[in-house]
Amino acid sequence: MSLTEKTLTQVRDLLRNGETSSVALTEAILSRIEAVDSDVKAYVRTTADLALEQARAADARIAAGESGPLLGVPVGIKDLICSDGVETTAGSKILEGFKPPYNAFVTEKLKEAGAVIVGMTNTDEFGMGSSTEYSAYQTTSNPWDLTRVPGGSSGGSAAAVSGNMAYGSLGTDTGGSVRTPASFCNLVGIRPTYGRVSRWGVIAYASSLDQIGAFGKTVQDAAAMLGVVAGHDPRDSTSLQHPVPDYEASLTGDIKGLKIGVPKQYFVDGMNAEVEAAVRASLDVMANLGAEIHEIDLNMAEYALATYYLIATSEASSNLARYDGVRYGPRGTGKDVTETTMRTRAKFGSEVKSRIMLGTFALSSGYYDAYYGKALKARTLIIRDFEKAFEKVDVIATPTSPNTAFKIGDNTTDPLAMYLTDIYTVSLNLSAGCGLSVPCGFDSNNLPIGLQLMGNTLQEETILNAAYAYEQATDWHTKRPSL
Amino acid sequence: MSKYEAVIGLEIHAEMLTESKMFSGCRVVDSVEADPNSAVDPLSLGMPGMLPVVNRDAIEMAMKVGMALNCDINQFNAFERKNYFYPDLPKGYQITQLENPIATEGHLDIELEDGTTKRIRVTRAHMEEDTGKLSHIGKGISLVDYNRAGVPLLEIVSEPDIRSAEEALAYAAKVRQILRYTGVNTGDMEKGIIRFEANISIREAGTDVLNTRVEVKNLNSFRAMTDAINYQLKEQERIYEAGGSIDQETLGWDEEKKKTYSQRSKEDAHDYRYFPDPDLPPLFVDQDWIDRVRSEMIELPDAKVARYRDELSLSAYDADVLAEDRTVAEWFDTAVAAGGSAKKVANWIINNLFAHMNESKEEITDLKISPEGLVELIGLVDGGTINNNTAKDVLVDMLASGQSAKSIVDEKGLAQVSDDGAILEIIEKVIADNPKMAADYAGGKTKLRGAFMGFVMRELKGKGNPGIVNQLLDKALADLSESG
Repeated sequence: MSLTEKTLTQVRDLLRNGETSSVALTEAILSRIEAVDSDVKAYVRTTADLALEQARAADARIAAGESGPLLGVPVGIKDLICSDGVETTAGSKILEGFKPPYNAFVTEKLKEAGAVIVGMTNTDEFGMGSSTEYSAYQTTSNPWDLTRVPGGSSGGSAAAVSGNMAYGSLGTDTGGSVRTPASFCNLVGIRPTYGRVSRWGVIAYASSLDQIGAFGKTVQDAAAMLGVVAGHDPRDSTSLQHPVPDYEASLTGDIKGLKIGVPKQYFVDGMNAEVEAAVRASLDVMANLGAEIHEIDLNMAEYALATYYLIATSEASSNLARYDGVRYGPRGTGKDVTETTMRTRAKFGSEVKSRIMLGTFALSSGYYDAYYGKALKARTLIIRDFEKAFEKVDVIATPTSPNTAFKIGDNTTDPLAMYLTDIYTVSLNLSAGCGLSVPCGFDSNNLPIGLQLMGNTLQEETILNAAYAYEQATDWHTKRPSL
Repeated sequence: MSKYEAVIGLEIHAEMLTESKMFSGCRVVDSVEADPNSAVDPLSLGMPGMLPVVNRDAIEMAMKVGMALNCDINQFNAFERKNYFYPDLPKGYQITQLENPIATEGHLDIELEDGTTKRIRVTRAHMEEDTGKLSHIGKGISLVDYNRAGVPLLEIVSEPDIRSAEEALAYAAKVRQILRYTGVNTGDMEKGIIRFEANISIREAGTDVLNTRVEVKNLNSFRAMTDAINYQLKEQERIYEAGGSIDQETLGWDEEKKKTYSQRSKEDAHDYRYFPDPDLPPLFVDQDWIDRVRSEMIELPDAKVARYRDELSLSAYDADVLAEDRTVAEWFDTAVAAGGSAKKVANWIINNLFAHMNESKEEITDLKISPEGLVELIGLVDGGTINNNTAKDVLVDMLASGQSAKSIVDEKGLAQVSDDGAILEIIEKVIADNPKMAADYAGGKTKLRGAFMGFVMRELKGKGNPGIVNQLLDKALADLSESG
């Protein structure tokens, strides 16, 4: 196994034992990017010089006897996560050349931990998409099949780890943008409880749904990433105060007596048979490990997608109003303020424009009650749905996506088909829970399938341990794409 | 306005001069004095990924004003986004309080010219953030300064209880006084720290209909506010009398032409698309916090005036004048607490210190005399050490040098001569030196008493205690008459 194919946990051991250095790992990762990223297009930009500088600093810390969960480990971050002095564009032309004068909270955390940030990974523009095809810069390919999408919107972050161009990465998950790409790329992707990770310095799509998530090749890798970036931040008023547990220590592999709920509303006629079979089989594995499987109801499931799109687009229509070219970012030229603003905003891509228009409509006078107002009420019912379910079970298991990775271009002309990619993931963002996707098989095209495990508020340890137990009993996570 | 009466509601926008901005740690500066864009941070520039955190001091200030306006202080507070595009609005929305403001249902009693008081109901007061400032410098160039962007604002909304420009002025002046008293701001209208919007309609007197109103925005002085109101009242009367109707619109005020002008018609009204700000969870102001702020509330102008009148027996005029400004009132209170007689302290402040302050453009707290120092000066007069005229000279010295009254009196030997023996000696000397006058007096020319008094006081260099001098002189002159 080459150095880049190893897991985060494995290279961390090599670093601790002095068998490799952060500089060596970083150079290996940068060479790998050089070799394959012209095909995959996971990174919108790499920061090789900065990365090597950070690697040297990490090596010095290791030499001084320090160790840490990510010390010296090369990682990638989504192009929505601000990095002081590094161009951060949210996958949009409207932020082309924008270099924030601040670090996101998670960037600070990574830097403090001594992680090496090798670059910014591709994203659908402002996180709006499920395939990474809506990036204004490039379309990322799935390392398992370059003609297919990696999922989205954190497709770049997933493809980077899956393609052995990073040992872990950060994404954001507003409606499934970490879990779906994890599922499509045979990775573990965790979207923690809203407020567990500070959103400070992360470019907003839909503020009440956005949450930073982490990718890893294994459950422990993802747990290590999450452990570093989780925590309270007084600069984010929605940040939770609870202390951060040691996620890696929670991975005992013991799930005897764990109650797993399977919502019958998530298994419907006409769903992809291979996906259903793989997920059902994974439930059998967990039952064999001592978990109890219960059929449960999530009655509001059918309203989740509509609710999600109304809330997400409404918030987005307001969040994106700041991009007027007056204070930062490229500015269009026009004869007056209105024309200048219009020409600046012409830099938004069509999907972003659609969502701004949808959200503006949903919030407008006379329509608010019918759309945004109703969506808020539906959201409350969805939260109650989950609360009731978690009175009975510890974990809810579903497919992560109804399908495996689709062909590039297949869904771009049909927004509804694209939106359906997220049908199993959006409910979680509307609720107060946490969730992850863990590899659970392959379809007949050798494309990865993901199992989604959802937990109650701040039950990250529970879902991570459940995923870990499953992962240790299977070998899906050891498969690598033949890139 | 015989046939019609005015129906006016005022919205007052007051900047709250906290250390930092409403939702970030960025410092608040004097937006007129400071260099443009010198007090900005990524949040006040609306940069991507920046998040708001509510300023605790702004909440307390808003509570204080709410309490001073006799409002209910609400425990459940929420923040909404008001969405509209303008280059001076960095985020494309203003964070404000729509549904759940900090203060509701208050009132303020104003004094009218005829001496009666009138209650103006206060609908609400809510927190929000100010915008930046746009200046159009011609040639199609506009400049924008974001120093003011994000400065905490309190919007105070009255019910349409105001019936004239005079009432509007009395109400606005009183709100301004409360803002200054509570330390919320300096009341400096030239710097746009307080701005007014007036909702104006008229109706036939005696009815209670609410006719279509116009809203006049951006009134930046009492003068502009009263002028705009009076202009609109006349204009609306003229339109109704001509059989016309009023359009609901937003107006501006042209200071040069003394006219309102149309900014936006009802059809062009913004759809602000208010919705709860997802970056700010509801804010609970718990009862303990409200109680603490209430317990720290200072005495407000109305209470001060009443106390000065009723407990300290000051005239209504003196009470008003002293309570007008919080620093003056507190200076006065300190002097009274230090043992000064209220009436005398009031006289000295109003008759002497104010004149000095007017001339030197100083605040009372800038003066070199302290409240205790004034009380000492008054004590010297009361105790007979110096007389009133000398005291005025001593005060001038005190204001110039900062020395205490006592040390000035001692240094300059200004103390009155009250020693009977010394005074008697001088009286006898004056009589002995002026035998002809003495003889004339004894012969019945009692008018000469004044001349004797003058000679004696001259000998005493003006420091003779007038009471004692009078008494001893009368006695000596009586002896003269008897012996003559």
